[in-house]
Amino acid sequence: MKRNVPLFITALGGFTLIIAYFIPATQGWGEVAAIWFDILASIAFILGGGNLLKIHLKKVSDKSAGWAYSAITLAAFLTTLFVGLGKVGVNPNPQYPEYSLSGHYREIGSPFWWLYEYAFKPLTATMFAMLAFYISSAAFRAFRAKNLEAILLLGTAFIILLGRTFAGVYLTAWFPDWMSGLKIENLTVFIMSVFNTAGNRAIMIGIALGVASTSLKVLLGVDRSYLGSGED
Amino acid sequence: MRSHTLHTVLLVSVFSFIDPYLQGQESSGPASPTNLSASDHPWDHGEKIDIQWDDIEKNEQDKVQSYSIYSSRSANPDSFIFVGTIDADISKYTIEKLDRKYSYYFKIIAIDKSGNVSEPAVTLSAISPTRQWFDGRRFPLFIITLIFCGSVVYWIYQARTGIPLKIRKIAGLEAVDEAVGRATEMGRPILFIPGIQDMNEIQTIAGITVLSRVAKVAAEYDAKVEVPTSRSLVMTAARETVQASFLTAGRPESYNQDLVYYVTDEQFGYVAYVQGMMVREKPAACFYMGAFFAESLILAETGNTIGAIQVAGTAMPAQLPFFVAACDYTLIGEEFFAASAYLSGEPDQLGSLKGQDIGKIIVAAGIIIGVTLLTIGTIAGPESGFGSSLIDAAEYLKSVILT
Repeated sequence: MKRNVPLFITALGGFTLIIAYFIPATQGWGEVAAIWFDILASIAFILGGGNLLKIHLKKVSDKSAGWAYSAITLAAFLTTLFVGLGKVGVNPNPQYPEYSLSGHYREIGSPFWWLYEYAFKPLTATMFAMLAFYISSAAFRAFRAKNLEAILLLGTAFIILLGRTFAGVYLTAWFPDWMSGLKIENLTVFIMSVFNTAGNRAIMIGIALGVASTSLKVLLGVDRSYLGSGED
Repeated sequence: MRSHTLHTVLLVSVFSFIDPYLQGQESSGPASPTNLSASDHPWDHGEKIDIQWDDIEKNEQDKVQSYSIYSSRSANPDSFIFVGTIDADISKYTIEKLDRKYSYYFKIIAIDKSGNVSEPAVTLSAISPTRQWFDGRRFPLFIITLIFCGSVVYWIYQARTGIPLKIRKIAGLEAVDEAVGRATEMGRPILFIPGIQDMNEIQTIAGITVLSRVAKVAAEYDAKVEVPTSRSLVMTAARETVQASFLTAGRPESYNQDLVYYVTDEQFGYVAYVQGMMVREKPAACFYMGAFFAESLILAETGNTIGAIQVAGTAMPAQLPFFVAACDYTLIGEEFFAASAYLSGEPDQLGSLKGQDIGKIIVAAGIIIGVTLLTIGTIAGPESGFGSSLIDAAEYLKSVILT
C-alpha cells in the first residue's frame, strides 16, 4: 500500500500528461502540474529548514568536529530568516502606507537587500571564481600526451584555445586566401561545428532515449528503486 | 446683393483651392490592406483565428509602418476591440483567446510613420474558431512515441518469458562495489551527491536508483554513506531509498537517517558545504549521480585532491568533460540511465534497455534518410525540380515529423 499509492499517482499523472501533449484542449495541463510541484516543493522546504536546524544544533550541542561552522550556519540562517520574513527595515508600500509589512522584502537599502548584495553575492561569486583554478588543474591532468587519443585531444584543445585568442588569429593572419580554411579561427569554427556538434548530438540522442526509457520504466512501475527496494 | 454674390464666389474659390489639399491629405495616408481573409487556426482547442492579407506593394512599403488589428462579435463598426499592432512587413496574424461559441469579424488598418491611418479593411463574413480533438501536427511524433513505448513494453514482456538478454559491461557501474569496498577498508565514509536538481528531474531519479545500490552494498560492508542534498524532496526520497536498502541488506539497525540531510537550495552554498565536508572528513569514495552545473568540476577536483575514488554519472553534456577529466569513472548520458537496469539485473529492466535499441534504430533510420535526401538534393541542385523536392522532403522530416 505504501508503495502502490505513489506508483498509481505517478503512472496516472505521467500517462495523463503524455496524452495531454497530443490533445489541444489539455496542452496546458503540464503547466498546472508544474505549479502543483512548486507548491509541494515549497511546503517541503519547511522540512528542509527543520532538518538543517536539527543537524546543526546537534553538531553544536555535541561539540563535534567543525561545530563552529554549524554555529555560523545557524546564525546566518536564523538572521536571514528573521530579516526576510519580518521585512525588517522595509518601508511600507506607498499604496498601503498604513500597513507596515506591505513593502517588498528585497527593497533596495533594506537589511535583507544588504545581506543579499554584500554577503550572499560576494560569497557565491567567490565560489564560482574558484572554478578557474580547478579548470586549470583539471586541464593540466587531462592534456598530458600519454597515448594517441590523448595527443589528439591535446592537439584539438590547443587549436581551440589558440583560436579563441587574438594571438592565435594574428599567428595565421598572413595565410593567403586559398589557405583561409587553415586559419586558426576558421579551424576552431570547423572543429566546433562539425566534430564537436556531431559528438554532442550523439550523446544527446542517447540521453533522450535514456530519458524516455527511464520515464517509461518509472511510469510502468518496472523501476521502483527510487521508492526504496523493489519489494512491496 | 452684389456684395453677397462676391462673397459666395470668393468662398467657392477658396474652398475649391483648399479642397484638393484636404483631399490630398486624406489620400496621403497609406493604402488600405487588400484581400483580408480569416480562417480557423489549425490543430487548436478552438480559440484562435488566423487572418491574412496581401503583402504591400513595393511603392507602398515605405509608407506603411504598422498595422493595427481589431476584432468584433458584430459587424457594427463601433464594436471593434483593439487586438494588437504588428510591423508592416508581416501579412498574417493569429488572434488568440477567442471563444468558439461566438463568430468574429476582423478589421485591419494600416498606419504610416506620421500616424495617418488607412481606410479599414474588414472581413466580409463572421467566422468562429473550431475545436480539434487531436493535434495533427504531432501525429508523426505520436506514432514514433507509440512505436518506441510499444517496443519497450514488448521487450519487457519478452524478458519476463525468460529470453536471455545481454548487456555490455559498464566500467563505472562495475566500480561501485570496488569503491564501497575501498571506503570500508580505509574506514572512511562514502559521499553520494544526487545532483542539485529536484525530484521532478529525471536525472535525480536515475541518481537515486544508483544510490539504492550504493547504500545496499555499503550496508552489507557496514560502511557509512553520507548524502547531503540540495533539495528537501530529494532528502526525503533519498532517506526512503537508503532505509529500504539497509532493510534489504538485512541491517536495518545500521541505518542512520541523519546521514541523509538537507544543506541548502543555493548552488554555491551547497558546493561550499560539500567541499568543506570533503576536505575535513576525506571520504574514500565519492559518487556524483544526477544533474550538475558549474559545481561539477569544483566537487570532482576536490575529490581528486583528497585521493577519493570517484564515479560520476550525468546527462548534462557540458559537464561530462569535467567529470571525465577529474573522476576515475564516468557514466556518459545513456549509461547513466541504464545504471538501474544494469545494477539490478532484473529481466524487466534489462528488457527496457532492449526496447531502447528500437529507438536507436528509428533515430539511425531518420539520420540516414535525412542525410541521403539532403546529399542527393544538393548534388542534383536546388534549382532543379528533383533536387528541390528532395530538399523540401528533408525539411519536412526535420520541421514537421521530428518537431
